Amino acid sequence: MSAPPALFSFRRVGALVARYLYLLRGSWTRVVEMIYWPTVQLMLWGFMTKFLVGQSAWVAQAAGVLISAVLLWDVLYRSQLGVSLMFFEEMYARNLGHLFVSPLRPYELVASLLCMSLIRTLISFGGASLLAVFLYHYSIYGLGFPLLAFFFNLVVMGWSIGLMVAALVLRFGLGAESLAWVVIFAVAPFSGIYYPISVFPDWLQRVVFFLPSSHVFEGMRAVLFRQPIPYDLLVNAVALNLVYLAAGAALFLYAFHVARVRGLLLQVGE
Amino acid sequence: MAPPAIVLRDLTKRFGPVTAVEQVSLEVAPGATVALLGGNGAGKTTTLSILLGLVLPTSGEVRVFGEDMLRHRYRVLHRMNFSSPYVDLPMRLTVGENLRVYGRLYGVPRLEARLAQVGRELEIAAFFDRPYRQLSAGQRTRVALAKALLNEPDLLVMDEPTASLDPDIADYVRGYLRDYQRNTGATLFFASHNMNEVERMCSEVILMRTGRVVDRGAPRALIARYGRQNMEEVFIDVARRREDTPPGDAEAPPTAQQREAAR
Repeated sequence: MSAPPALFSFRRVGALVARYLYLLRGSWTRVVEMIYWPTVQLMLWGFMTKFLVGQSAWVAQAAGVLISAVLLWDVLYRSQLGVSLMFFEEMYARNLGHLFVSPLRPYELVASLLCMSLIRTLISFGGASLLAVFLYHYSIYGLGFPLLAFFFNLVVMGWSIGLMVAALVLRFGLGAESLAWVVIFAVAPFSGIYYPISVFPDWLQRVVFFLPSSHVFEGMRAVLFRQPIPYDLLVNAVALNLVYLAAGAALFLYAFHVARVRGLLLQVGE
Repeated sequence: MAPPAIVLRDLTKRFGPVTAVEQVSLEVAPGATVALLGGNGAGKTTTLSILLGLVLPTSGEVRVFGEDMLRHRYRVLHRMNFSSPYVDLPMRLTVGENLRVYGRLYGVPRLEARLAQVGRELEIAAFFDRPYRQLSAGQRTRVALAKALLNEPDLLVMDEPTASLDPDIADYVRGYLRDYQRNTGATLFFASHNMNEVERMCSEVILMRTGRVVDRGAPRALIARYGRQNMEEVFIDVARRREDTPPGDAEAPPTAQQREAAR
């Protein structure tokens, strides 16, 4: 008799990551989707920057402020989509039944979704950032170490929201999948992507404090405007992200439990 | 002494006001081939899903190889597998990619050699490089079976194992499963609507109706008890029988003898 499988297996996580990579390899439309939107956004905001540099003293002080913002915003969006869309692939394929009669544990599925999200985000961000160098002679890598901190904070926030969306779709069916495309935009106006948080009224500033993204974009502007590295903002973002990620994972695992109670794993669909 | 392969005790599952399975109790011995029979809505799929851990019961106990499936299913899931023509594998992946993914999930040692073996034995090696979506229904059924046999399970749970197969391939698959069972001592537990298959393969049949187990026994014993010619007639008898009707008294189709006498 063979030994019971380990509590966590990188092999099983790797198997699912391979499954998603096979999917990407066999579908050029999925690859195009990853780079299409960041490219469009980058061109839009790149030309806007070119125009505003001559018009706005604020933009002129840090010409990369809008391009950096659009690149980092896309990190948040891609990482959320990466989790949600990869999970939807299992639902489209009606594959959850096979997956969960195997030794795969739900948190291993979560780990594989996070891995794929990171891979997709790196591809998307890498492509767009190189395009920014090519088109506008602007390298976001000039931000140095803080870029790494900004990047991972946004990735983790995207993971958290992606898991929440996946949980809702697991519970309510694929009819709710449009949430994946729109839910992140609910936080966009309050994250201070393209403008400082100080433009908000006081009460709203207190509310947006609870968005990790608001700290990241404030931090990004601080670095671009040659202020000291804002460690306090980074600490706030990390702390909030820990809470967000725990909440996202807990909601997903709870939805998985409810799916077992309601018999949804074999009946996924609309 | 080895524990039973499957123990279900007082298993009940309600979905809101609907009772899908009610007070189901059964035991399956290791190495047995047992079929779960019943009409549509009898509770077979729900019972199989609970056994596999995909659905949580409202109450009752589920044990596989002595392990409590509600608390410790991961201790035995690697010894089980599942095949159903109604639960697809990812369509966009090739057959080979699908089998590799599942081989890794189950931790199959010497995976490539095992893939070659099931590919040869189930005659699917020729389309390892084809996307799953391009296969015919019969080919998909064989691929699903290959996936289910990759880890050489001690308990193979199947829903309609030969659905969509032509008679020749279905016969081959039945023979293959019989050989697999004989060579490995595995337990086969499946739902089927193919009564011929059930008669030929099973040591025991469990009959369900409206969420309850209403009878069980060896196919020959059931046929004799119901005074019928074959399992199909037994099935219809059970499906049409009222709660208080004894075996054989239902408005089932006449037996061959009754038809002969009527002429």
